[in-house]
Amino acid sequence: MVTVFFVVATVCYCVGAVGYLIYLFRDWESIHRAALGALIVGAVSQTVAIIAQSYSVGHLAVTNSHEALAFFAWILVITYLVVQIHINLRILGSFVSPLAVVFMLTSSLLPEKVVPTTTIFQSIWMVLHVVTLFLANALFALAFSAGIMYLLQERHIKRKNFGFLYPRLPSLERLDKINYFCLIVGFPLMTVGLVAGFAYAGTVWRSPWNWDPKEIFALITWFIYAILLHERLAVGWRGRRAAWLAIFGFSAVLVTFLGVNLFFQGHHTVFVR
Amino acid sequence: MGHIVLLGMNHKTAPVELREQLAVSCVNQANPLQLFPYLKHVEELFFLSTCNRVEILFTCLSLDQAIQEVKALLRTHLGSPTISAAELEASFYIHRDQEAVRHLFRVGASLDSMVVGEPQILGQIKSAYREAITYRTVRVVLNRLLHKAFSVAKRVRTDTLIGSYAVSVSYAAVELARKIFGELEDKKVLVIGAGEMAELAAEHFLAQGVRHMAVANRTLERAVQLSQRFRAETVPYDHILDVLKDMDIVLTSTGSPIPLIRYQDIKSRMRQRRNRPLFFIDIAVPRDIEQQVNEIDNVYLYDIDDLQGVVELNRTERQKEAERAEHIILEETLKFQDWLRTLDVVPTIIALREKAEIIRQNEIRKTLAQLPSLADKERQAIEVLTSSIVSKLLHDPILFLKKKASRDSKQLFVDHTQQLFNLTDGNRPHSSALTEVFANVKKNREHKKK
Repeated sequence: MVTVFFVVATVCYCVGAVGYLIYLFRDWESIHRAALGALIVGAVSQTVAIIAQSYSVGHLAVTNSHEALAFFAWILVITYLVVQIHINLRILGSFVSPLAVVFMLTSSLLPEKVVPTTTIFQSIWMVLHVVTLFLANALFALAFSAGIMYLLQERHIKRKNFGFLYPRLPSLERLDKINYFCLIVGFPLMTVGLVAGFAYAGTVWRSPWNWDPKEIFALITWFIYAILLHERLAVGWRGRRAAWLAIFGFSAVLVTFLGVNLFFQGHHTVFVR
Repeated sequence: MGHIVLLGMNHKTAPVELREQLAVSCVNQANPLQLFPYLKHVEELFFLSTCNRVEILFTCLSLDQAIQEVKALLRTHLGSPTISAAELEASFYIHRDQEAVRHLFRVGASLDSMVVGEPQILGQIKSAYREAITYRTVRVVLNRLLHKAFSVAKRVRTDTLIGSYAVSVSYAAVELARKIFGELEDKKVLVIGAGEMAELAAEHFLAQGVRHMAVANRTLERAVQLSQRFRAETVPYDHILDVLKDMDIVLTSTGSPIPLIRYQDIKSRMRQRRNRPLFFIDIAVPRDIEQQVNEIDNVYLYDIDDLQGVVELNRTERQKEAERAEHIILEETLKFQDWLRTLDVVPTIIALREKAEIIRQNEIRKTLAQLPSLADKERQAIEVLTSSIVSKLLHDPILFLKKKASRDSKQLFVDHTQQLFNLTDGNRPHSSALTEVFANVKKNREHKKK
């Protein structure tokens, strides 16, 4: 049953992403409406899947890489939909929805290993840790998309060479504002998520810091965003550099989130087998 | 049969020397319409001369003679040609009838312009039309044709996006600013130097809602003049670099031989302005701003050539819209052709009416001669009686002819009508019939005035 909803969600995201990619080239109102509709249906379907799965295992269903990636795709789509309502920048969907599809497909490629349920999964710290961090990462993914859009558009204007995307992409200032917004909301969330993680580690492994690769990479990522935020607020960094750093930061997020899960062994591996 | 002919040359057909000569003559030459009375074979005449084109639109009966006359007219307009007669000949184009109508519509809708879609041409045609009215050289056909050209141009403008691509340098600058800043309302614009294009760009920025504008000029007088016009503040010419930190968009067009703003000037000020984007538009030649300025982060520099490039790009977009416009124009050309055809039956109708009227007059004269005792009232009654018999009798045949006018078979009906009523002068040339139509219209108007 859960699998059915999961597959429906994946298909819907794919349809949405294809629609949004067409929308990137053609300013058709109907295609945008269809793509947005597909994303919404997919998100609802996946919500059902996640709730059902969590109910059956007795805790939030993010305890293996398959579930975690799917959960991230879900939160990314939800975040996009919410942000979309506020800023009404449709073309952002053309960059975010393929990202969601990539996570969804990667997720379905990974085996659904059953992790034996233990009481440590039922901690409130874990829920807080996962939800805030994933939300922060979703916002960073948006910042990453806006950063790519910024670099593309900046290239057009700076090099005076206008590709087909030039008329479709919004103004530089708008993209920079999105980048800033995602950072200013995402960074505190990330901080809360990390603190919750350390607190959780303290309850599970007695010490909040264990020189676990996951912990080290998480801290590096946090520093990257801290630097970006600081430079933005103190020096007035913006534009191209901020866009690059947002892209770099999200790469660090991916390494922390996926790379470490898949290639390193550590305490955290318990959750992502 | 009469013809509508359009003889002209434009930026595509005429070499640049010829166009330069045109530019001169369109400033200081007297209007060629004055020569209209000397053109024996030309019935109606309309003359349009801009710096990119000359268009002479006329109606005539004998095509070749009229064209020769008009060519002579064009030569006098150009003055002594600097190019050979053969070259001059090669730079003309001649369109006849339907093609002439279509060409005029295309010119009016700005499809034939050097910058497709630019709106000035319609105004130029309108003023040329007013000119033609004062010289009384346009009558029924050209009058209708030109009015149609105005409405077609309007339709093209509203139904297609042809006017919405920035194809002027100054407007392209505004569009770019929008792509950098988004909203322009809260942005500050500094205009350095004065020049037609810079002023135009400043006006565009004002129209886009820019509220803060500053002007700097070497001569204070000019600066004050501009500041009043743009409701802007003035900045001392020597303090330009100091105010840069507050500005977002800088427009320069000074005659300075050396750059006013250098790489270092900007580089050192970016931190001060917290890296807020800065957009330089340099319309001056030689340039006012060092090229390397564009390499600074968050600084964008466009010189006149860059803007020209943008314009070129938009032009191709506009070309697509132009194709839709061509369709509209073809449609309207055919409609006008329909109207023209109805004119072909007009001479027969007039002849018919004339014949009936002559018969009536003759018969009345005879009758009244035999009845000298009639009072005025009775004479009048007879007048009314006869004319209403005539007009009621003719009503149906005339209506029939008008209905058939737009059909190809109309000539058959015209011939039959002429034979039926033995209209000897029904074969009269088309154009003299037009003059009569014109006279009739005039008569009617005077009648109405009374």
